[in-house]
Amino acid sequence: MTQRRSYQIGTGLFILLGFGALAYLATQTTSIANFRQGDSYLLKARFTNIGQLKLRAPVKLAGVRIGSVESIEVDPAKLDAQVRISIDKRYNNLPDDTSAAIFTSGLLGDQYVGLQPGGSPDMFKDGDEFVLTQSSMQLEDLIGKFLVNGSPQKPADPAAADKPASAPAGADKPASAPPSTTEPKH
Amino acid sequence: MNAVRKDPPVPSSMIGNALAQIGACGLFLLQILAAIPKSLRHFRETIRQIWFVGAMSLVIIMTCGLFVGMVLGLQLYYVLSIFGGTAALGTVVSLSLYRELGPVVTALLFAGRAGTSITAEIGLMRATDQLSAMEMMAVDPLAYVAAPRFLACIVAMPLLACVFNALGILGAHLIGVTWLGLDNGTFWSNMTSSVDVWKDVINGVWKSTVFGAVIALIAVFQGYTTAPTSEGVAYATTRTVVFSSIVVLALDFVMTAFLM
Repeated sequence: MTQRRSYQIGTGLFILLGFGALAYLATQTTSIANFRQGDSYLLKARFTNIGQLKLRAPVKLAGVRIGSVESIEVDPAKLDAQVRISIDKRYNNLPDDTSAAIFTSGLLGDQYVGLQPGGSPDMFKDGDEFVLTQSSMQLEDLIGKFLVNGSPQKPADPAAADKPASAPAGADKPASAPPSTTEPKH
Repeated sequence: MNAVRKDPPVPSSMIGNALAQIGACGLFLLQILAAIPKSLRHFRETIRQIWFVGAMSLVIIMTCGLFVGMVLGLQLYYVLSIFGGTAALGTVVSLSLYRELGPVVTALLFAGRAGTSITAEIGLMRATDQLSAMEMMAVDPLAYVAAPRFLACIVAMPLLACVFNALGILGAHLIGVTWLGLDNGTFWSNMTSSVDVWKDVINGVWKSTVFGAVIALIAVFQGYTTAPTSEGVAYATTRTVVFSSIVVLALDFVMTAFLM
């Protein structure tokens, strides 16, 4: 009988330890640890392009996380992205001309919403919308512009218009044209 | 069920034999599942089996988890330092542990530690006619011997995998932070910001549960259908480890493809 009891106690301890380990993993090492969500209020922001912004991405003010992205959807009327942002109730003194922009942490990191406070005496209230927003900067667009233009020069300048036509475009075309003509044949 | 194995097998009938084995194993699974309600009457036996396959495996699981985490920390620190990305050490270690190494290595250890002993025990029961004796005493050996072990493995495997993961993280922390001087805050905050509860932790738990069921099925089936000789028990035990390892690794790929 005592042996049977020790089995049962040992089994109970084992199961407790296992679930303890699971609880530790789930709460201490995952994103749940960052979501001590207290009271919060919602703000809306419209972007023409959100890039790779994801749900629950951080919202930062002066680099400090003050909230997260709650939902991302396309507005069927205006055909732009409507992002709902939940912000911690503690930070309820944001001026209502604060601007929102989508930034990338590091060169290739995740994207987040950065807030730039304005100077208005009025504060944002629950459900307000950002007037000033800036879409995410598309790295590939930047690279494309840089490759085409070479440098921020006026395209009307004949000397500058010649250069990209001769040097970069001439170097580009043999690299890009043959694959496009050979691929359909395969 | 009482398939008698002829060694060495004739090559032409090997495929047929393999198919028959798989079929018999599937039928056996149904029999075990059908016997589970009846086995709840012997619930003490299930608890004793959880103690045996779970609690008694803790030492090996914890030791191996710690060392796997430590070696992951060391290797990844070296590779990541080439790219100046050592801050991601916690992320990489935890993701690789939760998604792959935790469930798979625990399953392989579990097959070696618990699967073999189940096969040997049941095989010896078969060889010494204890199973037949139970049947004559109107005790269903499926409900009293097979089902409790099956249930115990399903309960124990995910818990063991969680313990393995936790010790692995501690091992990586020990190496990365304590030994190699990585910043403690960076280690944890990078981990917490990129590990997802459902996609990473809970998926790993599902995986390990399925692995536990598969290992239990193979171990019990091999023991139950062993040739009733000492050589037969030896073969059956070996087959348990070999088949469990193959099926776990193959199933891991399939489950990863579906759960991603």
